[in-house]
Amino acid sequence: MTLSLLIVQLLNGLQFGVLLFLVAAGLTLVFGVMDFINLAHGVQYMLGAYLAVTFVSLTGSFLLGLVLALAAALLLGLALEFLVFRHLYERDHLDQVLATFGLILLLNQAVKMIWGAAPLSVPVPEFLSGNVRLMDGILYPVYRFALIAAGLGVGALLWFVVEKTRTGMLLRAGASNAPMVSALGVDIRKLFMIVFAFGTMLAGFAGAMAAPILSVEPGMGDTVLILAFVVIVVGGIGSIRGAFVGALIVGLVDTLGRSSMNDLLRLFMAPASARATGAALSSMLIYLVMAAVLFVRPEGLLPAKGRS
Amino acid sequence: MAGISSNPAATATRPQAPMVRRLAPLVIFALLALLPLASALGLPGHWLTLVTRAMIFAIAALSLDLVLGIGGLISFGHAAYIGIGAYGAGILISEGQTELLVALPVILLACTVFAAITGYVSLRTRGVAFIMITLAFGQMAFYFAQALSAYGGDDGLTLYEKSTLFGREIFGNRTGFYYIALGTLAFCYWLARRLVASRFGRVLRAARENSVRVTVTGYDVDHVRLGAYVISGMMAGLSGFLLANQTDFVSPAYMSWSRSGELIFMVVLGGVGSLYGAILGALAFLVTEDVLSSLTQNWKVIFGPLIVLFVLFTHGGIAGLANKLRGRRDG
Repeated sequence: MTLSLLIVQLLNGLQFGVLLFLVAAGLTLVFGVMDFINLAHGVQYMLGAYLAVTFVSLTGSFLLGLVLALAAALLLGLALEFLVFRHLYERDHLDQVLATFGLILLLNQAVKMIWGAAPLSVPVPEFLSGNVRLMDGILYPVYRFALIAAGLGVGALLWFVVEKTRTGMLLRAGASNAPMVSALGVDIRKLFMIVFAFGTMLAGFAGAMAAPILSVEPGMGDTVLILAFVVIVVGGIGSIRGAFVGALIVGLVDTLGRSSMNDLLRLFMAPASARATGAALSSMLIYLVMAAVLFVRPEGLLPAKGRS
Repeated sequence: MAGISSNPAATATRPQAPMVRRLAPLVIFALLALLPLASALGLPGHWLTLVTRAMIFAIAALSLDLVLGIGGLISFGHAAYIGIGAYGAGILISEGQTELLVALPVILLACTVFAAITGYVSLRTRGVAFIMITLAFGQMAFYFAQALSAYGGDDGLTLYEKSTLFGREIFGNRTGFYYIALGTLAFCYWLARRLVASRFGRVLRAARENSVRVTVTGYDVDHVRLGAYVISGMMAGLSGFLLANQTDFVSPAYMSWSRSGELIFMVVLGGVGSLYGAILGALAFLVTEDVLSSLTQNWKVIFGPLIVLFVLFTHGGIAGLANKLRGRRDG
C-alpha cells in the first residue's frame, strides 16, 4: 500500500468514524441517562437519510432540505417517544429490546413501501462538489471533508453542551445516577425528552449527511446500529468521550482493515485465497478489536464516571 | 390449582402450579404427535411442512430460553448458532460428506468452540452491554458467512443432497422428517428440564435472582453461566442442522440479527423461563408469519406493530396470559 492510498484510507476511516460517532453519541446518552436500549435508533438514522432524499429533491436546495429533514426526523422521533418509548422506560431491557425490534420491522417495511426497495441517492450539493488536491495525484472529495468537519463540529458542540451547560451537568448526573437526580427535584421526564430529542436529531443528521455518499436503502440503519453498539461497548456505556474514541477506533480499524488485509495476506498466501481470507477476516476485525478491549477492560475504554 | 390466592396479580407473577407445568408440555407433544394423522385425513400438506419448520425453530427458542429465561442473560446473537449448524451441514454435504454421524459431532464441536470463546468474553459484561456484545458477535458470524465465497457467500448455498444415517436417506420422507424434528425437540425439552431441575440449574436460577449471594455461597457463577451458554449454543446448532436439511439451502440470512430478534420474541411470546412456552411461542410465531405473509407481501408492517402491542399490553406471554385468566376466574 502506497503512502497516498494510506492517506486516503485514513481520511475515509476518519469520515466513517465521525458518522458512527453521531449515531453512537445519541445512543449512548439514551442508554446512559435513561437506561433505555433503543434498537430503533438505527431506523432514525435511516429516516434522516430518506427524509433528506425527499426534501432535497422537493426544495432543490441541499441546506434547506437538510433543515427540513432534521425537523421532520425530530417530529417522527417525538411521535415515537410519545406513542411507544415513554411506556417502556420503567420496563426491563427485554421488553425494550422487543418493542423497539417490532418498530424496526414496521419502519423498514414502511420505508420500502413508501420509497421503494431500490437504493436512492442525494446529489452532492453544488457548493461542496469537486475535489481537494492533497498532494501530487491525490484528490479527495470536498463533500467528505465537509462531512468530517460537520461531524467534528457537532462533536465539539456536544462536548460544550455536556461539559459546560446546566443541561449537560444534569445529563452527566443522570448518566451516573438517574434516581438521585430525580430525587433532587429535577423533572426527569423533561430531561428524558431532551435527551431523546437530542439523540434522534443526531441520528437523523448523520443519516442526512451520509445520504449523498452512501446509497439510501431500507435496512441501512441496521448495519449502522450494530456498529454503534460496538462503538459504545468499546468506549464505555453512557460516555460521550468514550463514544468519540470508540467511533474513531472502529471507523479507522474497519476501513484500514478492509483496504490492507488483502495486501497483508498476499505476502504469504496465494492471491485467490488471500482475497477470500482477507474478506472474511476484515469483516470480523472490529469485533475482534471489541473482544480484545472487553477482555482487558470490561467497562470499556472511557466509562462514564461514577456509574456502577 | 390457583384458587388459594385471592389476588390475581399475585397469581400472575407466582411460579406456575406444578400440575400445569407437567401437563402443558404433555398436551403439546401429544397434539404435535397426532398432527400427521390430521394431515392423513385431509389437512393440507403445507401444514406438516410448516409445523416441522416451527418445531425446528422451537428447538432454537428452547435453547435461548435456557440462557434468557433460566439464566437471565439476554443473548441477542443466538441465530449465529443456527447458522453454524446449518453451514456445518451445508459445507459437509457440498464436500460430499453426508453422514449424519460425522456432521453432528463437527457441528456440536463448532458450536461449543464459538459459544465458549464469545461467551467467555460476553459474560465479562452485564445487562445492556451483554445484549450489545452478543448481537455484535452474532453479526460477526453473519459477515463471516457472507464472506465465505467458496460456499456461496451472500447468495447462499443450495444443497443437492440431504444428510444420511449409515448411508441411508432418512430426511427424504415428509412425515418421517416431521417425527425426527419432533423427537429432537422432545429430547431437547427433556434435557433442558433435567438441567433446570439439577443443581446446575438451581445455581443458574439463583444467580439470575442474586449473583452476589450465589458467589458468596461458593459457586462460580461465571462458570455455570458459561456452561449454560455453551449447552444452549449446541442445542441451537442442532436446530440449524435440521433447518439446512429441511430447506436444502443455507444462507447468511439464517444468522441475520433480525432472526435473533425473532427468537427472543418467540421466547417472550410463549412466556420467559417456562421452556414449553418457547415451543408454543415458536409455533405461534411461525403460523402467524405464514398466515400474514400469505395475505400481503408487506406482512412486517402488520407484524411489527403486533410485537409492540404485545409488549406494551401483556406480561409473561402465552403462559402468563393463561395464568392471568385462570387467576381472574378463580379470584
